[in-house]
Amino acid sequence: MTNYIWAFMIIISVLCSFFTGKTEQLSSALLCGAEKAVQLLIKLFGAVVFWSGIMKIAEKSGLTLKLVHILSPLLSKLFPELDRDSEAFGSICMNVSANLLGIGNAATPFGLKAMSEMQKQNQDKTTATNSMVTFVVMNTASMQLIPTTIGYLRQSYGSKEPFAVIPYVIAASACALAVAVVLSLTFNRWSLWK
Amino acid sequence: MIMPVGVVLILVYGLYKKVKVFEVFTEGAVEGLHTLYMIIPTITGLIVAVEMLRASGGIDLLCTLAQPAADLLGFPKEVVPMAVLRPVSGSGATALLVDIFERYGTDSAAGKIASVLAGSTDTTVYAVTVYFGSVGITNTRHTLPVGLAADLTAFLMSVLLIGYN
Repeated sequence: MTNYIWAFMIIISVLCSFFTGKTEQLSSALLCGAEKAVQLLIKLFGAVVFWSGIMKIAEKSGLTLKLVHILSPLLSKLFPELDRDSEAFGSICMNVSANLLGIGNAATPFGLKAMSEMQKQNQDKTTATNSMVTFVVMNTASMQLIPTTIGYLRQSYGSKEPFAVIPYVIAASACALAVAVVLSLTFNRWSLWK
Repeated sequence: MIMPVGVVLILVYGLYKKVKVFEVFTEGAVEGLHTLYMIIPTITGLIVAVEMLRASGGIDLLCTLAQPAADLLGFPKEVVPMAVLRPVSGSGATALLVDIFERYGTDSAAGKIASVLAGSTDTTVYAVTVYFGSVGITNTRHTLPVGLAADLTAFLMSVLLIGYN
């Protein structure tokens, strides 16, 4: 899937540039894109290294395990294949908590850790497992408890009621998350050959 | 504020449990470095493609193609470009959101719908590529269609909640 999408994006943009006459911009985008990628990686660098270290402390001290106890009644239903004591399940709990609290740059390192733990138990190293699909899909739906970032952004652009949209944001993301989880679990069940 | 407090809690609990916090921290950080190393190619490939798509006018083309469907759903045309860009580029979508704020006002219908949309969705394509890229998985099965279905749900909800009241 990613193969096609990636190739499609590049092919379409080259074809498009012939019609729009933006061939110059396209060439510079090719170089700028690579530069932007490095900038983003530098931004991620600090967060990933720092939070991976912090997470290790939480894990060694048994704090992760406590979190697992709180979240496992709910999350174990979504990840039936994972052992509750596994590192993969622990990392998922950390990722979900960070997401709910709105600490996005901590959620990503925990999520990457969860993926590498799940990959260890994966038989076919190039194909996603059911748990991986459910996990990534949950991460693509925004699951913040109190989405404040958008409120602050609205405030800085002179909104009279910057936080009035927040209940709607919560409602919309709850619906999106529900759709994501239900669809992924349904499709997981359908593909029983896995 | 929540981040420093979280870090302090983890540290204090670690010390209380007699964990060698700094040693363990560096040990975990090394694992983090390895993960980063794995996602460098994925991120570079994806961002170059997104930048090319934007520069070539491909996003505009996608918007034109999405317009009839958007009209049908009552989705305001001012917000369509942002909705199209949202799954692939977080910073690109934020730039368009700010543009909507400046042009139509934060408290206009378009401004509010765009706000709800920005708050309730995530960069789906980016998340899927980075998470699966980090472990070298190429067959992502139904992840992307389901992720995009969730985005579509958020689009529809933002219009239903703001547009019609």
